[in-house]
Amino acid sequence: METEKVIIVKDLTKSFGDFIGTNAITFDVHKGEIFGFLGANGAGKTTAMRMLCGLSRPSSGEASVAGYDVYKYPEEIKRNIGYMSQKFSLYEDLTVKENIRFYSGIYGLNKSQIHEKTSSLLDQLHLLNEKDSLVKSLPLGWKQKLAFSIAIVHNPAIVFLDEPTGGVDPITRREFWEMIYQASANGTTVFVTTHYMDEAEYCNRVSIMVDGKIEALDTPSNLKRYHNAKTMDDVFLILARKAQRQADQ
Amino acid sequence: MNILRYLLEKEFRQIFRDPSILRMIFIMPIIQLIILPQAANYEVKNVKIAIVDHDHSTYSTSMIYKITASGYFILTGINDSHLDAMELVERDHADIILEIPAHFEKDLVKESETEVLMSVNAINGMRANLGASYLSVILRDYNQDVRLKWVQLPRFDEVKRLNITSTNWYNPHMNYKLFMVPGILVILLTMVGAFLAALNIVKEKEIGTIEQINVTPIKKYHFILGKLIPFWMMGMFVLSLGLLVARVFYGIVPLGNIGLLYLFSGCYLIAVLGLGLLISTISQTQQQAMLLAFFLMMIFIMMSGLYTSIDSMPYWAQVVTWFNPVSYFIEVVRMIVLKGSTFRDIQFNLGIILIFAIVLNSWAVFSYKKRN
Repeated sequence: METEKVIIVKDLTKSFGDFIGTNAITFDVHKGEIFGFLGANGAGKTTAMRMLCGLSRPSSGEASVAGYDVYKYPEEIKRNIGYMSQKFSLYEDLTVKENIRFYSGIYGLNKSQIHEKTSSLLDQLHLLNEKDSLVKSLPLGWKQKLAFSIAIVHNPAIVFLDEPTGGVDPITRREFWEMIYQASANGTTVFVTTHYMDEAEYCNRVSIMVDGKIEALDTPSNLKRYHNAKTMDDVFLILARKAQRQADQ
Repeated sequence: MNILRYLLEKEFRQIFRDPSILRMIFIMPIIQLIILPQAANYEVKNVKIAIVDHDHSTYSTSMIYKITASGYFILTGINDSHLDAMELVERDHADIILEIPAHFEKDLVKESETEVLMSVNAINGMRANLGASYLSVILRDYNQDVRLKWVQLPRFDEVKRLNITSTNWYNPHMNYKLFMVPGILVILLTMVGAFLAALNIVKEKEIGTIEQINVTPIKKYHFILGKLIPFWMMGMFVLSLGLLVARVFYGIVPLGNIGLLYLFSGCYLIAVLGLGLLISTISQTQQQAMLLAFFLMMIFIMMSGLYTSIDSMPYWAQVVTWFNPVSYFIEVVRMIVLKGSTFRDIQFNLGIILIFAIVLNSWAVFSYKKRN
């Protein structure tokens, strides 16, 4: 099955002085795919993701995202992607409604689109009663779901999620993944990093980074078969234990 | 332009929701303008004087009377020995000791020449200096009075006297408040412009929302304008509030064109906002931004001519003030408010401030990076 590639990465490298954050990684992501980007802390996931989002300039190698070269057209890429970082990305001192309005506005949605989006999102997220509450008063799980919805408010081709479910309870995590499936079904490609191996099982394909390199890339079932492991947890441990680099870089 | 509208809307919502910012722009200007000018008074009054009178004569008594009647001195002791008077100085009960020798009257009348000793506690240099010079003037006057009375007038006036009378233009009563209030207003505008804007942007860095902004198609200039415009407006508001306080509390009404004052302030705010942006691009945390801003502010204030005259600084320090935007505004605000200067008089300073605005803002825009 030949599908459209929305992310093409070849030998992408980022070094900070002597330290090589991401070392010549190569992979493709297909349209509509849920691509799991795994690795221990400090393996280079966030560095790679920031390059793909146009937040960080690669040292060498090639990459294109949504058809745009990361060196030449970072601003075009930004128009076509959504991004939700592990740091909290909503304005806590604005209300739910104001956050939706602000992000829709800066992505260029017009008035009626903003109005429509606001009411449909409030409805989907069951936040109608909370629409005028400040975001800081919401529980973490709700905030993260809201942040995800806002990251895809402009129907981007790709959404990048950097550890979106960190610190979230299992029920909310399940709901969060339902939203991810929904987005994927609507044709949005999902590029997600996580430390939860059960979440890795939900991905169409998974790559595992160790010390700045991609050590494995395949479907979860192929990876388990190849490494003769029962769960993704075992696969991850087998690969990540090879790491030489100190964590928490 | 639509994007800018959403940015401004968000910025204003956040500002009006933040009680600390509201306190900063409403209460700080009022408090500072009411309290600081009272304290920043150069006039030295109530200099404590201890007099050691070894003579106890009519002349020495009348001289002491003349000193205490001047209104600048408080007589804290008449001692018999220099040692006793020194003790007063050590206990901080006296700033100046005046020692009148025995035979003071005799010498003055007979020899028509005498000496008094003045010892000054110079720990507070300004007070000591001014106190000593007031005292010298009083003694000279006294001396003249005595001479006029006693010394027989020669047939023609031997000592040609040159009397100097002075008037103080633009501030006839040498009212220091008139001089300080506009200057403090400048400092307030600088703080609103440079600090609040810098802290606001660095706060977004700390929380992480700036990363979210950087990953959107918002253009750099959109983001920067979205930050500059609200703080520019707050600066203009503080200016208006400050002028109102100056009028209500001090009766200061600008002699010059108020529109000119607003024009200059508007340009000045753009310049200091550029500085604030620059501070924010090189700081990672609010603490860093605060420390940097505090450091700059100290230099700006000390080297601005607010408290001390730039003309009396050493040349190298005067050169430093050329690079201090605050010094240009202090000069202009005093010119417009006290002297009623016109556009022609301030156009040089306006030109310099525009250069500051262009350089600082370009530098800030250049060093603000959406990606690293």
